[in-house]
Amino acid sequence: MDYSIFIGGAAGQGLDTLSHILSKILQRSGFYVYTTSDYLSRVRGGQNFFQIRFADHLIHSATSRLDCIYALNHEVLLQHIDRLQENGLALADEEVPALDRLTRLPLRAIAEELGNVRVFNSVGLGYILKVFGLDFDRAQEMLQQIFVDETMFELNVQALHKGAALTESSVPVVPGKQRKHILINGNNATALGAIAAGCRYYCGYPMTPSSSILVFMDAVSQEMEIVVDQVEDEVAALNMALGASYAGVRAMTGSSGGGFALMQEAMSLAGIIETPVVVINVQRPGPATGLPTYTEQGDLRFVLHAGHGEFPKMVIALRDGEDAFYQTARAFNIADKYQIPVILLSDQYLADTEVTLPPFDFSKISIERHLADAQAYGPGTYYRYQVTESGVSPRLIPGARGNSVIVDSDEHDEKGRIDESADNRRTQVDKRMRKAQGLAQEVQPPWEFGADAPELLLVCWGSLAGPMREACDQLNAQGLVVRALVYGDIWPFHTERLHALHAQAKKLVVVEQNATGQFEGLMRQEALIRADEKLLKYDGRQWKSDEIVAALKEVLS
Amino acid sequence: MTVYQLTEETAWCPGCGNPMIRRAVQQALNELGLPPEQVVMVAGIGQAAKMPQYIEMNSFTGLHGRSLPAAIGIKLANTELTVIAQSGDGDNYGEGGNHFISAIRRNIDIAHFVHDNQVYGLTKGQASPTTAQGQITSVQSGGVKAMPFHPLAMALVTGAGFVARGFSGDHEQLVTIMKAALQFKGYALVDILQPCVVWNKINTFQWYKKRVQPLDDNHDTSNWDFAFAAARQWGEVIPTGILYQVEKPTYDEQYGFITGSAPLAARELAPQQAEPLLQRFY
Ligand SMILES: Cc1ncc(C[n+]2csc(CCOP(=O)(O)OP(=O)(O)O)c2C)c(N)n1
Ligand SMILES: [Mg+2]
Repeated sequence: MDYSIFIGGAAGQGLDTLSHILSKILQRSGFYVYTTSDYLSRVRGGQNFFQIRFADHLIHSATSRLDCIYALNHEVLLQHIDRLQENGLALADEEVPALDRLTRLPLRAIAEELGNVRVFNSVGLGYILKVFGLDFDRAQEMLQQIFVDETMFELNVQALHKGAALTESSVPVVPGKQRKHILINGNNATALGAIAAGCRYYCGYPMTPSSSILVFMDAVSQEMEIVVDQVEDEVAALNMALGASYAGVRAMTGSSGGGFALMQEAMSLAGIIETPVVVINVQRPGPATGLPTYTEQGDLRFVLHAGHGEFPKMVIALRDGEDAFYQTARAFNIADKYQIPVILLSDQYLADTEVTLPPFDFSKISIERHLADAQAYGPGTYYRYQVTESGVSPRLIPGARGNSVIVDSDEHDEKGRIDESADNRRTQVDKRMRKAQGLAQEVQPPWEFGADAPELLLVCWGSLAGPMREACDQLNAQGLVVRALVYGDIWPFHTERLHALHAQAKKLVVVEQNATGQFEGLMRQEALIRADEKLLKYDGRQWKSDEIVAALKEVLS
Repeated sequence: MTVYQLTEETAWCPGCGNPMIRRAVQQALNELGLPPEQVVMVAGIGQAAKMPQYIEMNSFTGLHGRSLPAAIGIKLANTELTVIAQSGDGDNYGEGGNHFISAIRRNIDIAHFVHDNQVYGLTKGQASPTTAQGQITSVQSGGVKAMPFHPLAMALVTGAGFVARGFSGDHEQLVTIMKAALQFKGYALVDILQPCVVWNKINTFQWYKKRVQPLDDNHDTSNWDFAFAAARQWGEVIPTGILYQVEKPTYDEQYGFITGSAPLAARELAPQQAEPLLQRFY
């Protein structure tokens, strides 16, 4: 059992509420849910849609095929009806012109009869729930949560039942065994990871698709005692986070490509003052404003080279909601251990896609601050940039009696004072760069899916994990011998598994969500391995699993 | 024991105002008896911004123009710290102009000491936002075309609670102003007039000396209109002193949880504390 319901229309028509309610009903009914959104950068009008896929087994991707279309206007229907499965159901209001395979319903008429056109979508929801034989108690429970106003709630419940009365349960679905899953998107999972790791300071400047992290952090700011701040610009954001970190709290900031670009000088500052910080870039297609509400993996090279000058850093691409949670928490430990900036790379697809996941295990999160003991230093004996074998200097925060904590963006000596001599320069550069050796030991191997002894090796990174995993399963089911490598830790670069599998496979194909194959270039640089083929998609819409399968078959034939 | 010890050597020129300002900061901190481990000086980049190099204390020398954001981050992380942002006119009013406006609006409890020599000293004398219109520099060889910026008027209009003008040549007054700024609860701006002996041949020590005139000790520091007029006064007489001083709720205290028990930086971290947040996603 595996269905996809499409909900489309113009911005401002209540699509997101309907999609949210339906996704939650499905989640609470015990299904695996995977809800993607496709919206334009506008507050009203345009063609937006949500696609809710639900199944009684694990799912990791959106699909092209649709089983049910609920369209709020004619245009969106025309754009997507070709994707409807043979026995699929297309629904719209009577006002939408007739179309082959379209069932037109008196949605508006019923809503008006009930005295409020705004319950329109609840009529539609009732119809859809009935078709799939879904639980009305769950629906009422959700409506109660959304509509605090008692009359509005009652009205919506009536609408629900009126909608249901229009049809029969034609394809009743049965969930798998009852499971307690959370339904969460990548940005909220990231925020939870940061909070679990003890982040006490998060600031940012609104920029789609990163803003919902700021929103979530703000919502829990008082409860969790986190300073959350919308600041004047992204330049300020990273400088503030560094100030907060210097003073001793775990600090994070985030933006999308444009805002991340504004942070570059401060990124470099983090490098030379050796102050830990976590920065997330939730990518959207550039250059410049690009496609604000769509997805891309176009900032990989940019992020690898973030900040002018040379200094060690780590780059981690988040692969799915669970990964977002655990890796964000891990990023704080690595930042603290090596006193470096750790950059998380996400994207709009991961940020906004809502997926059912097993509840995050907070007991798996450890907090390792790696702070030095102030008591160990007699008056005037503490040196912030003390030269050590690992390159990591003992870190104190201000407040140590008798010792100053001095950080300086100029090249400095061990004490933190400006020193422009050649000797000191070499000493401090070497010290900083030695941290890269320890960092290399931290790198986790990429995820692997699929067949052993593969003939075809697929390589991707970040949020393509889910679609790739499904594509890999499908290809293997079709008789190919395929294995997929999905990179999360991008820098430092892990080569061992890539070399091993490359030696076995006849062909290596890289799949990316950009126009130039940035990861493939990195692979050539770091592993001296060239892809035989590159599958690149840069239209702002995420690769779906079936699209990867189709595209692969084409290049293999 | 001497606290806030000064280094013997500095990279400042003889006759520069910076050493005078340094002596005033040291004296203000010592007279207030602030324990050095509880004070942080934050600077940007420039000649003024070298101040932390030459005083023994906690310091954060960040980027050109960005002393205020770093100072704000520090204060929010640990409200028990006394935080001083100290930098030049170019740094604070030019490169960091947006942060300046924002810091005033926030009213974060920090002291902001701006060394205003009306020129970019470190980079060899280009115009700063406070350089007079028409003044000739290496880059403005035809004279500065833009009108000068009025930091104190700007601060007052934007709602600053503590606005003062000092002069590096009036040590006693400067110490008094600095002490008041450090004790003020909220954002406190001190614009400190200071000669640059090498790069500003117009606004010399004598030029300032002739014009600065301390405000009457008893003037009403809650009179905004009076303060605004004094802020704008820039001619044969330039009034100095605390122009305006009125406390308002600070940004930091509005967070509620931030003050009270231990500073944020010292609070216990436990991942499990966040677990109840999962409830939102069932
Ligand atoms: C991003 C950036 N731009 C430019 C500079 C070069 N720079 C350093 S200090 C400075 C101006 C300093 O003027 P001011 O802040 O008035 O300090 P002063 O030297 O006069 O005390 C400039 C332009 C820099 N360091 N960083
Ligand atoms: Mg200057």
